[in-house]
Amino acid sequence: MSVLVYAESSEGKYKKVAFEATSYGKQVADQLGVDLHVLTIGGENPSELGAYGASNIISVNNVTNNSDAKVVANVIKETANNKGATVIIIDSSANGLSITPLVAVNLNAGLATNVVAVPSSTTPFVVKRKAFSNKAFNSTQISSDVKVIGLAKNSFGILENKVEASVESFDATIISSGITSTSLDKSTGTVTIADAETVVSGGRGLKGPENWGMIEELATVLGAATACSKPVSDLGWRPHNEHVGQTGKPVSSNLYIAIGISGAIQHLAGINASKVKVVINTDPEAPFFKAADYGIVGDAFEVVPSLIEKLKAFKAQNA
Amino acid sequence: MKILVCISHVPDTTSKINFTENDSKFDSNGVQFVINPYDEFALTRAMWFKEKQGASVTVVNVGSSATEPTLRKALAIGADDAIRVNAEPLDGFFVAKQLAEVAKNGSYDLVLAGKESIDYNGGMVPGMMSAILDCNFVTACVGLEIEGSSATITREIDGGKETLSADLPLVIGGQKGLVEEKDLRIPNMRGIMMARKKPLNIVEPVDFEPTTTTVSFEKPEAKGACTMIDAGNLDELISLLHNEAKVI
Ligand SMILES: Cc1cc2nc3c(=O)[nH]c(=O)nc-3n(C[C@H](O)[C@H](O)[C@H](O)COP(=O)(O)OP(=O)(O)OC[C@H]3O[C@@H](n4cnc5c(N)ncnc54)[C@H](O)[C@@H]3O)c2cc1C
Repeated sequence: MSVLVYAESSEGKYKKVAFEATSYGKQVADQLGVDLHVLTIGGENPSELGAYGASNIISVNNVTNNSDAKVVANVIKETANNKGATVIIIDSSANGLSITPLVAVNLNAGLATNVVAVPSSTTPFVVKRKAFSNKAFNSTQISSDVKVIGLAKNSFGILENKVEASVESFDATIISSGITSTSLDKSTGTVTIADAETVVSGGRGLKGPENWGMIEELATVLGAATACSKPVSDLGWRPHNEHVGQTGKPVSSNLYIAIGISGAIQHLAGINASKVKVVINTDPEAPFFKAADYGIVGDAFEVVPSLIEKLKAFKAQNA
Repeated sequence: MKILVCISHVPDTTSKINFTENDSKFDSNGVQFVINPYDEFALTRAMWFKEKQGASVTVVNVGSSATEPTLRKALAIGADDAIRVNAEPLDGFFVAKQLAEVAKNGSYDLVLAGKESIDYNGGMVPGMMSAILDCNFVTACVGLEIEGSSATITREIDGGKETLSADLPLVIGGQKGLVEEKDLRIPNMRGIMMARKKPLNIVEPVDFEPTTTTVSFEKPEAKGACTMIDAGNLDELISLLHNEAKVI
């Protein structure tokens, strides 16, 4: 018996989700009293994972097509079988989300995704997960011998737990693939909503696309990603990939700043997992204030520029 | 081309979520059910293939007879026929197994589903289906073109987009981008009339023991009151975010 974590890397580098999944896996392995194995594909510096409790690292470097979930899922299955893993943990990166269901079928395992905490009990095996777009949680019992867990982003957190890491290289079996990547369009230099610690989001209250300069500037000062409400992307003021909410991207950042957003139930559902919410809105009755931690009743066109100046001064002082 | 669109029957996005029987069951009392919004993008894309490239479109749902109005709505939007697998959707694996059986029996070239449903947000079913069927799979799909037996697919990845090419048969987990919001269709009177006459076939489920069960539900802890800060006192906001919330 052992626990296997798949730690996703992108262009050889680990993202926060990989460290979070490793931290989580370490806790689950300790709880079960079994070994933890961490699988990484194409990671440049696997021993980095040792900082989060990965003592046994399996490093695979012969996967050339990680755009095909099937290929990666098969590598995970092979490793799980080699290591006798009974709990497999996969993060919620874009690739993680597409691989997870395939791994469960390959291993004939019960699957729980969107998991937010370590098992509340190991016999029976029960985990808590998000449901109804953050409007509720659901405790799920997994009864199969092998269990697959999809870990929700930024819910368990990162736990430093430095151990001596042994790295074993392994040539995995690569199955034939029917999918080829033909082009990649990655924005460089900007923080993505998925990875951002802070998200600055604008709504219809900002009146038009020409007013987003201050939103972008505020985001830059905070090292934040920019986001928007659904009507803003439907109107074409901002690109679709900035639309957050129940039918857009989920946000689980540490800080979410909503500017000129009313706080409709569908919007809130998607951003509720964020830890601290700040609202700036002219209407004191806006529903968002009920869901927020800090609220300012005021005109965005006055508050935001002034906030930018004050934050710059604060950053300069605390740098 | 034969297309199968998987339709999940979910609470309307405005629904208040409540539980009954000691918080062990979802309370559907007074809840309005709709086609899962992600599935609507998939269905609308399927209609485009039907109209522009001559495909046939079958919609399928795993559920009790209570889900039939949702399937009829999909027929009113323009699907040719519907299949209901007569079973409670016990868990994602169970549903994927049932849908895979339907897909196999009907030899569909393309299976379109939403990337997740807005009730359990599991994001399991399309991927599991593809693994059971052993065919190609792409999720978080924001663009899909088909030519002959090959597909050009755009998917969202962390921080961008990737274009892929893949052969049919193929399972897709879709979202907005597959079609735009403005392309979504509201059934018209004629569609609704025609939908009544279209076939809705009921099939019995195949045996499959679910491997997960819901023990209980809970709601997030009630939030404390919002701390209001005067618009003229932004220093206080910064200080609270720094010292109290520790997020800047
Ligand atoms: C099926 C379905 C799914 C949906 N999914 C989503 C989703 O995923 N995400 C989403 O966001 N929405 C979603 N919606 C839409 C949602 O119901 C709301 O319509 C939307 O969130 C409102 O966007 P908004 O807050 O930007 O605009 P509005 O509701 O128009 O609010 C604008 C706000 O700006 C304030 N304001 C105006 N001027 C200023 C100023 N100068 N300074 C400061 N504040 C100002 C106003 O007081 C108001 O509160 C969905 C709806 C449906 C039916």
